[in-house]
Amino acid sequence: MFDYNFHWRPVIRSLPELLEASLVTLQVATLSMVIGIVVGLGLSVIRLRLRGPLYWLATAWVELARNTPALFQLFFFGFGLGAFGWHLTPYMIVLVGLSFNNAGYLSENFRGGFQAVPDTQMRAARSLGMNLWQTYTRILVPQVLRIVYYPMTNQLVWAVLMSSLGMLVGFRELSGETQFFASRTYRIFEYFAVTAVIYYVMVKFILLASRLLATRLFRY
Amino acid sequence: MEPTISFFSGFGRQDILFMAEAAWRTLLISTISIAIGTILGTIFGWLLYEGRIWATLFLAPVLDAFRSVPLIIQLVLFYNFVPIIGLSLDAFQSGLVILTIYTASLVANVARGGIESVGKPMRRAARSLGMSYWQDLRYVVLPIGTRAVFPSWVGVALGVLKDSALVSVLGYVELLRASQILMTRTQEPLLIISIAGAFYFALSYPISRYSAKLEKRWSQ
Repeated sequence: MFDYNFHWRPVIRSLPELLEASLVTLQVATLSMVIGIVVGLGLSVIRLRLRGPLYWLATAWVELARNTPALFQLFFFGFGLGAFGWHLTPYMIVLVGLSFNNAGYLSENFRGGFQAVPDTQMRAARSLGMNLWQTYTRILVPQVLRIVYYPMTNQLVWAVLMSSLGMLVGFRELSGETQFFASRTYRIFEYFAVTAVIYYVMVKFILLASRLLATRLFRY
Repeated sequence: MEPTISFFSGFGRQDILFMAEAAWRTLLISTISIAIGTILGTIFGWLLYEGRIWATLFLAPVLDAFRSVPLIIQLVLFYNFVPIIGLSLDAFQSGLVILTIYTASLVANVARGGIESVGKPMRRAARSLGMSYWQDLRYVVLPIGTRAVFPSWVGVALGVLKDSALVSVLGYVELLRASQILMTRTQEPLLIISIAGAFYFALSYPISRYSAKLEKRWSQ
């Protein structure tokens, strides 16, 4: 029954490349998170404050991001936009797709966060002479970011996991690199087992780092 | 290359049927795995809540691993692991197994939250009325806990519905795979990917709206 010979040597030999690729994964996930936070904040403010075409545009964005698979979104940016003559590189497909997705999910978190900040904060800031931009950037957004800190770390973990879809659009992040090596050596199981471990370690590292950061940030 | 976009060349009525059938397959694999995964996950959640040493030592890390490794890696890993132990499962069966365990690992947390949301006083009251442990679980904890975590369960279920797109890497022709096949044949990426997106949206959006409505009604 058990007549399979495991060959770990090729995996160990290409471990440096895999670790390098995992840095690419972390980089694209972090970058898409930063873009997602900025755009997501914009989307939630639009949905809370405005009416009209901008509101509908933001709502469509959020609902599309939340109600379709992330892989669909990558395919849309990868292949769908080709009809307009826009051909994104694999890196851009993953970055744009993840940012689109992150922005949609985060904006719902931010919306809850904005609603949790008392209205009086806005009024107090405005009566101190701050304009709307100052009120948002100096008073409301810092409080919101603090409220949604843990959902945001979850989203970062999701972004790392979702970036593995890059493998299907030809992006050489950790999964793509793994598939490249696996298909060259036919040691599919061994390669993906090691990659699974690397992902696990990355996720645990992110969660640990965010806990440590939280204890530093949220000390009064 | 022709500057005009000609939309319906090569994309006929039978292709719509092909996609509808693929959407049915998406629905099939996700419904079965959500159903079994929910039952398993509820049992796991109960085990985690009861906090026997075995559950915290062995079950919790295993479930955590399924949440910390990208689903696509899990699928490839399992699909290539099955022949090693001398079994043969096709893409559908492998996908079903992994999606079910993945669902269970997510539902376990939700279920534990549900049990925790039923306060200790309530449960003591039930036991004081002469209910047995199982009666308390069945007639007190289940109805109240379900109500508390139903929205998050819907979130998990919709997540699995969307993540079932990843089973396409194993060659199971579900909605996204079908649209990829059609894109290759008809060279109409934008149209076809939009139809696939519309299918997903039509499956997911009504459910998420309905659950949001229920949540609002229950919280009053």
